[in-house]
Amino acid sequence: MSTTDPRTENFPLAAESREAIEAALREQRALTPTERVIASVEAYTPEEAAERTLANEMLADTRPGVRAPLLINLGPNHPSTHGVLRLIVELDGEVVKEVTPVIGYLHTGIEKQCENKTWWQSVTLVTRMDYLAPFANIKAYTMSVEKLLEMEVPARAQWIRVLLAELNRIASHLVWLGTSGLELGAMSVFFYCYRERDNLLDLFEMVSGERMNHRYFQVGGCAQDLPPGFIERLQAFIDEMPRRIDEYEALLTGNPIWKDRMKGVGVLPAEDLIALGVTGPTLRAAGVPHDLRKTNPYSGYEHFQFEVPTATEGDCYARYLVRVREMRESLRILQQVIDGLPEGPTIADDRKVVLPPREELAWSMEALIHHFKLVSEGYKVPAGEAYAPIESPRGEMGCYVVSDGGPKPYRVHMRDPSFVNLQATAPLCRGTYLADLIAIVATLDPVMGGVDR
Amino acid sequence: MSDVSAQIELASPGAVVGEFEHVGELTVEVQKERIVEACRALRDGPSQYVLLSDVTCADFPDEPGRFRLAYQLTSLATGARVRLRAWAGALDPEIESVTSVWPGANWMEREVYDQFGVRFNGHPDLCRILNPLDWEGHPLRRDYPIGGEEVQFSDAV
Repeated sequence: MSTTDPRTENFPLAAESREAIEAALREQRALTPTERVIASVEAYTPEEAAERTLANEMLADTRPGVRAPLLINLGPNHPSTHGVLRLIVELDGEVVKEVTPVIGYLHTGIEKQCENKTWWQSVTLVTRMDYLAPFANIKAYTMSVEKLLEMEVPARAQWIRVLLAELNRIASHLVWLGTSGLELGAMSVFFYCYRERDNLLDLFEMVSGERMNHRYFQVGGCAQDLPPGFIERLQAFIDEMPRRIDEYEALLTGNPIWKDRMKGVGVLPAEDLIALGVTGPTLRAAGVPHDLRKTNPYSGYEHFQFEVPTATEGDCYARYLVRVREMRESLRILQQVIDGLPEGPTIADDRKVVLPPREELAWSMEALIHHFKLVSEGYKVPAGEAYAPIESPRGEMGCYVVSDGGPKPYRVHMRDPSFVNLQATAPLCRGTYLADLIAIVATLDPVMGGVDR
Repeated sequence: MSDVSAQIELASPGAVVGEFEHVGELTVEVQKERIVEACRALRDGPSQYVLLSDVTCADFPDEPGRFRLAYQLTSLATGARVRLRAWAGALDPEIESVTSVWPGANWMEREVYDQFGVRFNGHPDLCRILNPLDWEGHPLRRDYPIGGEEVQFSDAV
């Protein structure tokens, strides 16, 4: 990482691309499109730009009426790019000709770390990927491990998982709505959304002791039963929330500025979205009713009555409407969970995998031994591979695990919907205005923790 | 033989190496030279595996093929899923890119290239994606040690 070039001494980013480009030249291979764009935008002198890059070709085109495109760098720290997303935009006047997303600024190597932790320690790590949907991460992971263990999860635990997953969906959509409003100039929406989200974080705290990055779902079930008084507070939330959603809609749905910024912006045909691997509300807003809760019900979703909101326009406004309606459908599911929550244990009764109940440690030698073995050595998972997909607030969240039969995962991979959906940025933005790019990235709802993992 | 294998065999005879059913998931292993044909056959076939959910890899240093790629395919019509597997080879790991079948494979394959060093032939933009451009080595290989990395950007604070 060290460099002796005084021009780049205080600019580690530029030094990084410089070294990469020199390496590519040494290997005698051409720069890839992404590398070329990065090199262009980080060039310090006209000679340097001309030597290597895009800018050269752009400036060389002197035909009458051809304007030299402008290359601008948005991010990685920019208030409207949802975290550390860097977009290099090639502009012709106000029109976007090409967008190159550059990611990886939040890469923490969680997948590598999981390989060096036991199966049950990894639960803590995967929770931290998509930080707005921690329950979705942890659910995909625990489901894939349960698949390999061929373990039955008790009904009550499944329902509690549904309950928290749906609360999490609402919380995540609230953050999306609030920040999207902020990016498009509707500041008050942000305050309203975060007010309700805080209530949700209080509920999460009540259940798991933490407001974010909960380690509440365990392989086999849930860590504890719901605490006393939780259902009452949840009921109060469910009764209150529809009125709150009406408030957001009153602010936005008919708002002419909101509609102007969003309608007809960022449209791709459904086939193109599917080819790009896009899932979740973005795909549903283009008319494809693909929701894993309906098409491949897991965790007892087949017991609940709910609609899958879709729209046909496929623009930013349709994505907004779909997400708002999804919040209402989640409330419907939550009411059904409260009304029908089955009695019974909240975690599987498998002493070789699941920690024994705390109070038993005081009097049972066996429980103490099991506890000690599970915590110090972990449990073994039969060799094989499994992929467990779930519907996260952003689309298909899948966890692919490979076991070699030992107490540590051989490989953990998260298929994060933010990562895959973000690929649609360039096709969605080509030919739109720079201001539309902000709306498009906002309605794709990428969470950089999930993108970079 | 499952329907999935039969479809692949129909389009590309001899492509299927084996198939496994484990914990309710179907895995079909194909020859690495045939991966694009197999993917195209399943995408365009009667069960319409039109969505490529994921491309990832696992490193088995003791196996002759070493890098085992896994492609998760989803049918939007039926919700059915299948996993295609192929071994990329130990010495000079490479495989055909499926970006011609699904443009969405672009970043997934870049991630595998970045983390495992598997080259995808015919990929339009094969460069690092999660690690810095000038990173050395491929971190998710089993022989890449954990810990001891240089702290980045320490000169910027």
